[in-house]
Amino acid sequence: MLVSARGLTKTFGDFVAVDGIDVEVRRGEAFGFLGPNGAGKSSTMRMIGCVSPATGGELRIFGQDPAVDGPAIRARLGSCPQADMLDEELTVQENLWIYGRYFGLTKAQTRKRATELLDFAQLTDRRGDKVEPLSGGMKRRLTIARSLINNPELLLLDEPTTGLDPQARHILWDRLFRLKRQGVTLIITTHYMDEAEQLCDRLVVMDHGRIVAEGSPRDLITRYSTREVVELRFDSDDHADHIDAVTGVAAASRVELLPDRLLVYTDDGDATSADLHARGVIPLSTLVRRSTLEDVFLHLTGRTLVD
Amino acid sequence: MSGLDLGAPASRATGVSRFSRALPLPAGAGMARWVIARNAMAFRHGWVALVTGFAEPVFYLFSLGIGIGALVHSVRTDGGSEVPYAVFVAPALLASSAMNGAVMDSTFNVFFKLRYAKLYDSMLATPLGPRDIAVGEIGWALLRGALYSAAFLAVAALAGMVTSWWALLALPAAVLIGLAFAAIGMWATTFMTSWQHFDYITLAIQPMFLFSATFFPLSTYPEGIRWLVQATPLYHGVALERGLMLGEVGWALAGHTAYLVVLGVIGALGAARRIERLLLT
Ligand SMILES: Nc1ncnc2c1ncn2[C@@H]1O[C@H](COP(=O)(O)OP(=O)(O)O)[C@@H](O)[C@H]1O
Ligand SMILES: [Mg+2]
Repeated sequence: MLVSARGLTKTFGDFVAVDGIDVEVRRGEAFGFLGPNGAGKSSTMRMIGCVSPATGGELRIFGQDPAVDGPAIRARLGSCPQADMLDEELTVQENLWIYGRYFGLTKAQTRKRATELLDFAQLTDRRGDKVEPLSGGMKRRLTIARSLINNPELLLLDEPTTGLDPQARHILWDRLFRLKRQGVTLIITTHYMDEAEQLCDRLVVMDHGRIVAEGSPRDLITRYSTREVVELRFDSDDHADHIDAVTGVAAASRVELLPDRLLVYTDDGDATSADLHARGVIPLSTLVRRSTLEDVFLHLTGRTLVD
Repeated sequence: MSGLDLGAPASRATGVSRFSRALPLPAGAGMARWVIARNAMAFRHGWVALVTGFAEPVFYLFSLGIGIGALVHSVRTDGGSEVPYAVFVAPALLASSAMNGAVMDSTFNVFFKLRYAKLYDSMLATPLGPRDIAVGEIGWALLRGALYSAAFLAVAALAGMVTSWWALLALPAAVLIGLAFAAIGMWATTFMTSWQHFDYITLAIQPMFLFSATFFPLSTYPEGIRWLVQATPLYHGVALERGLMLGEVGWALAGHTAYLVVLGVIGALGAARRIERLLLT
């Protein structure tokens, strides 16, 4: 067990940001915290990263207590905070060189490792450039490369792809998969359900500082949603008007109302669509899709992940 | 990336960190030198600052020493000797430039790193602790200051403005002045939240520069405000440098030294404590 938390709590004044969560992360897995903005993901990550003291509860990383062994734990961690925080006065490779020294690596170790990591981050041809003009995706990759300089057993990634364009996201995911294959334990926070589904073996769904569900993505979807979802958009201002007409349709178990559409949870999307048609319900558009973690979140909290 | 080896992680839990846990000190891993190394690395990209930091006090020395020296032929020091004006003012310029350099480095630069560049946040994610950051930043300010002071002393000596072998100690004394001001400056900076707050620094530095027995001896001040002059840190820096460079050595110098050491230690501890409070939330 690399990380274990019992009743972990973080308060800022009267405000409870993390409200007594229990978490266990095993060696070699990719573990996720999925939740909307303000759920308490970053606060949790900072406690695990030993840069924020827990207000209450018990936290062990590598079996050690951050309050006592913070520097020793941090020596074995890699940490990519939500904001990049690269050293903009230095070049790309200098960022790696000096970071290695902060970890007590020798100059030779650092140089060798930096060369490998520049290659890994696909930044070898930018190694002598200043950091500032790099694209968002490059900066993120450099941040990840920098956090790997000490060969960490555990890598913390706080919203690794927030703010990146789709192509940059896919490059980054590919790099993270490689790390996972090499046995690095990953802890990832995200408010993107597709990211959580792609990257995480196991995850917890977080809301208002609490954990509302835990399991593998597949698990959670089976437990809290149906196999498929039929999305209906109507030509009207208030989709609530159409709930009655849709309720009880074939194969469906539940209807959720969103401002711009109705979601019909069903075990057989085609059967549901056909029955709606037979009932004379004619939406502007009908979309049949698989259930996702977004649906899990909606079911558990009544809200969407991204607003 | 197939060659990326994931062998034993680099960990060097130091004896220093174990030791400091027993004391009520902000945490550090005894790795402040890497903060200094980082600054040296960044400095290579901006070496022009080195030239200006050196040039300013030298310009002062020649404009005051030669210009005012032509009008004021000699000055009676508080130590009782009669010396040319340039010889009188050179130690004060050395002390003031040590102060200025230290304050620049530990206020503007630290403020930027703390509030904008988030440099210390990324350092604290490694084994480094707040004490390493405080000690490293102050140490860097001292290194730069020592370089300027050495150059200044060499110029003053060549120009015949140094009269005693005690002046060899003027360089460590300048470093001590730098320590006191860098430490207090860094501590003060941790309380600042906007660039406007730097006006307070200017407000503190300028009168000190002018009225710390810098340009005329303490005896010329009215009796009633001498104690005020003597309370300022720069006064002790100037008195220390003047005593050494003019060879007026006595127990008073130990007092000046103690004053500056105490200021430096309090400032460094305060700065480390504040960084801990601000960033490790
Ligand atoms: N340093 C802080 N001081 C006060 N409130 C904070 C601080 N950090 C976070 N919060 C609050 O705690 C809550 C959780 O924040 P955070 O952990 O950043 O959530 P997430 O990363 O899931 O978006 C938010 O409401 C945020 O405003
Ligand atoms: Mg966050």
